[in-house]
Amino acid sequence: MKYMLMFISDDSSWDPSKPEVQAAYKRIGEWFEEHTKSGKITGGEELKATNTATTVRQRNGKITVTDGPFAESKEAIGGYALVDVKDLDEAVAMAKTWPTLTAIEIRPLVEH
Amino acid sequence: MADADRDRDPTAGGALGAEALERVFREEHGRLTAALVRSLGDWDLAEELVQDALVAALEHWPRDGIPENPGAWLMTTARRKGIDRLRREARYRDKLAQLQEEPVAASTAHEDERLELIFACCHPALPRESQIALTLRSVVGLTTAEIARAFVTPEATIAQRLVRAKRKITEAGIPMRVPTADELPDRLSEILGVLYLMFNEGYLASASPERRDLAEDARWLAGLIVRLMPDEPEAIGLLALMTLQLARAAARFSPEGRLILLEDQDRSRWDARAIAEGVAQVERAGRMRRPGPYQVQAAIAACHAEAASWADTDWTQIVMLYEGLTRMTGSSVVRLNHAIALAHVAGAARALAEIDEMKDELDRYHLYHATRAAFLRDLDRPDDAREADRRALALTDNPAEQALLLERIGA
Repeated sequence: MKYMLMFISDDSSWDPSKPEVQAAYKRIGEWFEEHTKSGKITGGEELKATNTATTVRQRNGKITVTDGPFAESKEAIGGYALVDVKDLDEAVAMAKTWPTLTAIEIRPLVEH
Repeated sequence: MADADRDRDPTAGGALGAEALERVFREEHGRLTAALVRSLGDWDLAEELVQDALVAALEHWPRDGIPENPGAWLMTTARRKGIDRLRREARYRDKLAQLQEEPVAASTAHEDERLELIFACCHPALPRESQIALTLRSVVGLTTAEIARAFVTPEATIAQRLVRAKRKITEAGIPMRVPTADELPDRLSEILGVLYLMFNEGYLASASPERRDLAEDARWLAGLIVRLMPDEPEAIGLLALMTLQLARAAARFSPEGRLILLEDQDRSRWDARAIAEGVAQVERAGRMRRPGPYQVQAAIAACHAEAASWADTDWTQIVMLYEGLTRMTGSSVVRLNHAIALAHVAGAARALAEIDEMKDELDRYHLYHATRAAFLRDLDRPDDAREADRRALALTDNPAEQALLLERIGA
């Protein structure tokens, strides 16, 4: 089954100049490499911080464009991985080994 | 039905007790559901076929006797019913192939896949109430109406809960398998948690006779887990705990349905054989040397069950067990029970001092106030005791507990 793992974090503390963040990047790189080699990852990207986000919304037929992410929350999606694994348990097992785990939402993809 | 009839054991004929039939159905319902869900990957269809097969058995078995291998008979029947049903519905073509292809030999000895089924039903990705309902439906074989009655919930609510759970299993890819070794402890404790909740739902409500006794269902399920996973001491501990509590069930209510506290129960009404069985289970789990909270709770229940009278209870042992349990769980409710035991060893004043420290955490818990009231009465402070009982009364919805508290307050 195909799933998207959405990595949720508080990006206000994510400062790439800090050594611990650099170490985390390294472990994330290894995580992607390991699971790409085993054929479980089919795609994935890191997103820029939420202060770069723009939200386009339609309400009552009127379209507005606003600054910021769709939900006002400290925690937001900071990246994602598309995986192709046997079942939910395997996706959960992968999520548990994510190096900077705060929360990960796992959603099955609609297969057309 | 000609093939199925060949499986019949002629010696098994004759009068067929409803009890024997129920026992067979109880074992076979889950096995059949598990095997069909596995081969079809469709929970709804599997459920319908199980139902069809059981209806057929109800027609044939009282007349012909229970077949020698009832599981194989039901599987063959379910498969045949499935083929009939699927032929009528073109959209099920691929499933039809699955039912037809599977060798008949495999069906006569289909292995027990109920463990896999239970792990799917109690998957942590399902909400707790759905885990309970789905386990009762698929593994125990209760109808939606029976589950609704047990939870005093409208049938439509339970039906919707089941539909949503089955949809989530299919769409989110929840597997039907025993988890890997590193996942197993967490996943097993999830199952045990579901069963314990189910048990308490039944045990605390046993005052109203029209409700189904979920406590017995939960104990049967715990026994099933122990049979399928014999090396898990916590599963045995939970089974022991349930066995020991149910052994005292007959003495828990007066004929008028009033709750009788342990202290005042007529111990001759306790089931001595069940107590011996429960104690043996506690010992069996203990020999595995992997202690856990259910084993300790069972050991405490065993101390109570083995005491000839309230006065003869080994409170020192119970205080020690509660200390261990507090360390394992960090639960304030456990600390409250520790204080109750402590009162018997060190006096009510000591115990009251201990529970007064927990006021912030337990102020909304009725038994906290009921316990305080008991200590205050022992310390000759009747006015304070009544005040605490009133507080407890305001916090419980349970009619049996309300009646007991009202009696104490003297209202």
